[in-house]
This record gives sequence, C-alpha cells and structure tokens, in this order.
Amino acid sequence: MEGLHHDTDFAEPHSGSATLQPEQNISRTATEDFSKSPANQTLTAEEKILYYSQMVRIRRFEERSLRAYQQGHIGGFLHLYIGQEAVAVGSVSVMSEDDHIITAYRDHGHALAVGMDMDECMAELFGKKTGCSKGKGGSMHFFAPDKNFWGGHGIVGGQTPLGLGIAYALKYQNKTGSCLCFMGDGATNQGPFYESLNLASLWNLPVVYIIENNGYSMGTSECRHSAGEPLARRGQAFDINWSVHQGHDLFEVRQAVSDALKLAHESHRPSVLEIVTYRYRGHSVADPDQTYRSKEEIEEYKKNKDPINLFRDKLLAEGTLTEDKAKEIDQAAKDESDASAEFALASPFPDPGELMDDVYWESDNPDKKTSSGVLFFESI
Amino acid sequence: MALITYREALNQALSEEIKRDERVVLMGEEVAQFKGSYKVSEGMLEKFGDHRIIDTPISEAAFSGLAVGAAMMGMRPVVEFMFWSFCYVAFDQIFNNAANIRYMSGGLINVPIVFRGPANGGTNVGATHSHTPENFAANTPGIKVICPATPADAKGMMKSAIRDNDPVCVMENTILYNLKGEVPEDENFLVPLGKARIALDGKDLSIIAHGRSVHTSLQVAETLQEKHNISAEVLDLRSIRPLDIDAIVQTVKKTNRVLLVEENKPFCGVDAQLAYIIQDQAFDYLDAPIKRVSCIDTPQAYSKALENVQIPNHDRVLEKALEVLS
Repeated sequence: MEGLHHDTDFAEPHSGSATLQPEQNISRTATEDFSKSPANQTLTAEEKILYYSQMVRIRRFEERSLRAYQQGHIGGFLHLYIGQEAVAVGSVSVMSEDDHIITAYRDHGHALAVGMDMDECMAELFGKKTGCSKGKGGSMHFFAPDKNFWGGHGIVGGQTPLGLGIAYALKYQNKTGSCLCFMGDGATNQGPFYESLNLASLWNLPVVYIIENNGYSMGTSECRHSAGEPLARRGQAFDINWSVHQGHDLFEVRQAVSDALKLAHESHRPSVLEIVTYRYRGHSVADPDQTYRSKEEIEEYKKNKDPINLFRDKLLAEGTLTEDKAKEIDQAAKDESDASAEFALASPFPDPGELMDDVYWESDNPDKKTSSGVLFFESI
Repeated sequence: MALITYREALNQALSEEIKRDERVVLMGEEVAQFKGSYKVSEGMLEKFGDHRIIDTPISEAAFSGLAVGAAMMGMRPVVEFMFWSFCYVAFDQIFNNAANIRYMSGGLINVPIVFRGPANGGTNVGATHSHTPENFAANTPGIKVICPATPADAKGMMKSAIRDNDPVCVMENTILYNLKGEVPEDENFLVPLGKARIALDGKDLSIIAHGRSVHTSLQVAETLQEKHNISAEVLDLRSIRPLDIDAIVQTVKKTNRVLLVEENKPFCGVDAQLAYIIQDQAFDYLDAPIKRVSCIDTPQAYSKALENVQIPNHDRVLEKALEVLS
C-alpha cells in the first residue's frame, strides 16, 4: 500500500509558498495605476475599445431589460449587474481557450462578456422559444457550453462545488485550463463554499473563486452578514492564495485574474479573489432599494467609481478613444439592445408541447433509448 | 454464471465500467484505502489507482457538486454515499443541480452521473442513518431511481446506470450486500432500467415490492402457498423512475388483488403513487381495495425490538395479504 495515499495528481502535497502574506494581499489601492501592469502593457487600442464596448453593451442591455420588465414583458426576478461590468469583462478578457466560467444568478454580464448574443439573452428573459435556454431557464439560468460558460445558477453558493468539478475535469483531462467561479459576497457564508475551498486546496484544483463583493447580500450589508474582513482572507485557512482588488478598474481586474489564472495553469493551485464592486439597482429590480442603503451612497458610486466612466476617461486621456467614438459605441449598444427587445417581443413563446422536452437525454433521444418504462407521470 | 454476493456483483459492475470507459471514476468517503465502508470497492484502488478510485473528505455537498460539474464537462462520475441518509447535506447539488441543469439549459448540457449507496433500515443504526429516499428522489423530474434487489440486478443495473446519459440514483441495501445469487460473468451483461421482473409467478394475489421488500414478499408468498394454499405473484419493480407501469397493470389484471410492500414511510411513499396508477388504469379489475405495508410512520427506531416491528416484516406483510384475500 505504500505510496498509494499521497501520490495522486489530486492529492499531491501542495506548497504554501505561493500564498502571499495578508499585508501584500490587500496592499493594492484604488490609486495604483494598472494600465501599464504586465497584463495590460501590451494591450492594443482595438482591444481596449473592445472591452469598453463590451461594458457599454452590458449596461445598455440591462437598462433595456429593466424597461421590458417594467412593461411586463419579463417575469420573476431580474438581478441586474449594472455597476459591476468591469469585473465580468475584465475577467473574461484574460481567459484562454481552455479556461471555463460559471457564475450565480446575476449572470447577464458574464453571458454577454463570453460572447452570447443579445437576442438569445433578451428572448430568454421574455420566456421565448428563441431564448438561449428555449425559455426554460430565465434570467438566472443562462448557459453557453460552446463558449465555456456553464451558467447561471440560482441558489446562492450552489455553483461553488460545480466550479470545482469543472476544474477537476480539466485536470483529469490533462488540459491547461482553469475555472473562474464567480460568486457574491453573500455566498461566502454558505457551507459548500468552504467544503469546496478545502477540496480545491487539498487536491490542487485549478479553480479561481471570484467574490464579486458588491457590499450587500440581498439587503444585508457586509458588516451585518460577515464576521472578519476581508472576505477573501477566508481562503488563507486552506492555504489558498487570496487577494483583494478594486472592481471599478478594468485594468486591475485583468491583472488580478491573469495572475490567478497563471497560478492555476502552472501549478494547479486555486485562488480566492475578492473584487470590490457595487450594484446600482436592487438585489432584484422588484426589491425595495433604500431600506438598507441611502440614495447618497448610490449616487456617490455612480459619480466617483463608475467602471465605465472611469475606463472611458482613461481611454480619452491617453487618446485611445474620442468623444465621438464613445458616443458611437453607446448608440450602437442602445440600438443593439432595442433590436434585441424587438426580436424577443416578436419571437414566439414555446409551445406547451415543449414542456416535456429537455428533461432527460433519453426521452429526447428515443431512437437511442436503452431503458423501458415510464419516465413522466400524469397528475390529473 | 457464478454464484457471488450482491456486494461482489456491484464491485464487478464498477470495475468493468471503470476499465471500459476512462471517463468513469468512483469517489466518496472511504472508497479507496478503506476499501469502502461496506467493502463494495474492495481491491479497486490496487487495480485502478487513486486517479480513478478517489477518497474524499466528509463533504457530501462539495464532492457531489464536484462530480456534477465534472459530468457537465463530459466525465461519468460515480459518487458513493456511505449511506443515502447522508445525501441530505448534498440535497442542493443532487436535486437542484444534477436534476435541473439539462432542463434549465434547454438541453445543452447533460449530467451523466451515478449517485449510489445503501438506503435501508433494519440495521439498528437509528433515525439519521436509516432513510430510504427513493420517493424523494423519484419525485424530481430529471432524476432516475433504481433499487436492485438481487445480485444479478445489482450488476446489470449498475452497469446500465453508469452508461446512462442522465443522473441515476442507485439505492442499495446493506442487508442485501451478503446475499448470494447467480450473476452472469459477461462484461456486456446489462439489465435495462425501467423493466420490472416477476420474481414469483402466481394467480391469486399480486405483491408488488422493491428492494429488500421483494425478499420479504417472497417469504410471505411461500407461507401463503404452504399454509393457506394461496398462489401469490411477486413483482419486483427494480426501477422506480422509469417505472414499468405495463408490468404493474398486467399483474393486477391477472390476479385482481394487490398488496404493495416497501420500506418507505407511508405518506407520499412510492406505493402511494402505485396505488394511484393501479386504480386509474385497472380499476375494473380490482376485486378488493389495494392494501399497503410500509415502515411504521415514526422516525426510524434504534432498538431491535422496535425496528423489527417497524420495517415491513414477514408477519405484517402476511397479515395484510390475508386481508386483501378475505
């Protein structure tokens, strides 16, 4: 039996040397300039403009979806990402071909950032047949496996073991890839997250947990929901590399995620990144917004820490972007959003006959069915 | 054919499928070095290495979810629960994630995964370790549930479950692990899911059961024959979802009298659904009301004196059988 208990790839003794000291982890401040950091120094003007456009597209898409919600075209919940755009766009922009991504229910930004089409996303919100999940997933459950995007998950923290499994599969399949697993600050208080951190470190799995800390788990502020700051430091108990970053700076997000991916690719080590950000709308748009925070607080963020405005100002200052080009990008995003709403509105609802599709692989593939018997039961 | 135990049959199924398909791994608490809490995976670590037979920490939510994520990526993990009772701390991963992801993604993502382990009472381990959640699991569209009762089915159905492209919950039984039976050695021996089996041919009464209750029912059928000259048919469901409704209806039409036996608690148990189906599809063929024998409706008792009465035992099943026949 000698050698059997610790010689697996998944249980190789890990080195704690990659773990930074806490002081180093939180030393980065909003005043540090990341535009010339290693992950950003070779960026072309086209790439910068692309990231700017992606953030603008996400915002305009969500503003348009909000109007559609208010008009009664969208049901249920609509968790908007407005204010957090630099986190998804910056993170996705440093992913390589074998990197994968999974997130929670505030997923529109990530979906558009990976390249999902506005039409299929808006149509999904409208519950239409042309939606990315044929109207069966809704706002919280967008998926695009062809773009390495694995959802869109509705239960807080429920995706944290899934992200671990994606990383496990990549390693098992000998791929140099990692899984970016996004979550909110509220999800850090769910048990499966800690179980996942333990396994990620114990088995050396290339997963990057990205806590998008927007300050509130629904309506409960961080100081009322979490003991011990910063939240990312919780990774330290598992010898996991952790750090805290400012989410209103796309350059900083790119650098942080790039570093974590490098660690994952080179040594299979996990990371916990806490990216401090802010959402302008309620937890879901139907929720009261000012029972737990002030209008002034929201305005303060919009004025001083808006990720899109800050990035635009940087690009304008360095001459990468002009006011005219910025207006053009904005108008194009508005037009695309409007067109997606028109597409969604004009699209057919799924036929009631489609209700039974997509439950089991086997019932969708009757010619390859191996079981017999009844899979669906009548209730009337 | 070889005479082997239910436990050995499971081991054969797992070993053959791990050998056959590199996407298959077995993970769970104590499955590797410890050889499995009930020794189902004995010898597998030595044969396949710790890349394929993987000991996990006691973190059911994390390793169940990890396996679901890996299945989404094209692997075919087999997750062992030391007891199915422990799935309750992983409920979200099984019943939200494994069950719903295919549907919520509009069919874009498959989750070919097996969750397996023993789900039974009768071993004096108290309420927290004696759950039989086949009814909970079968209540969730997207999930398949099977309860093999014999060594041959343990092998053939486990192999089918691993090759299945949907999530399958395999409910075993610690009391059956030592049961011996004839099992084909053929590596291509498969028992399809959703096909019930007539365990005993009869004409006066249909006893429909699954899991260990099949064996109790067979004993009762023997008593009925010997002491009451009554010929009972015993139908082993084998699979809960998919369910072999044709076989159920057929036996009811043949004998016109039905007794349902299961180790579930009665309220919303599997047999509640069976009773509905039978009255719906064979009402005119019934000569007597359907009767049920389930676990007595309290948390599982520890003491032998209590638990032996609580689970459907020979005498309780016999008594109800005679009621149906009276």
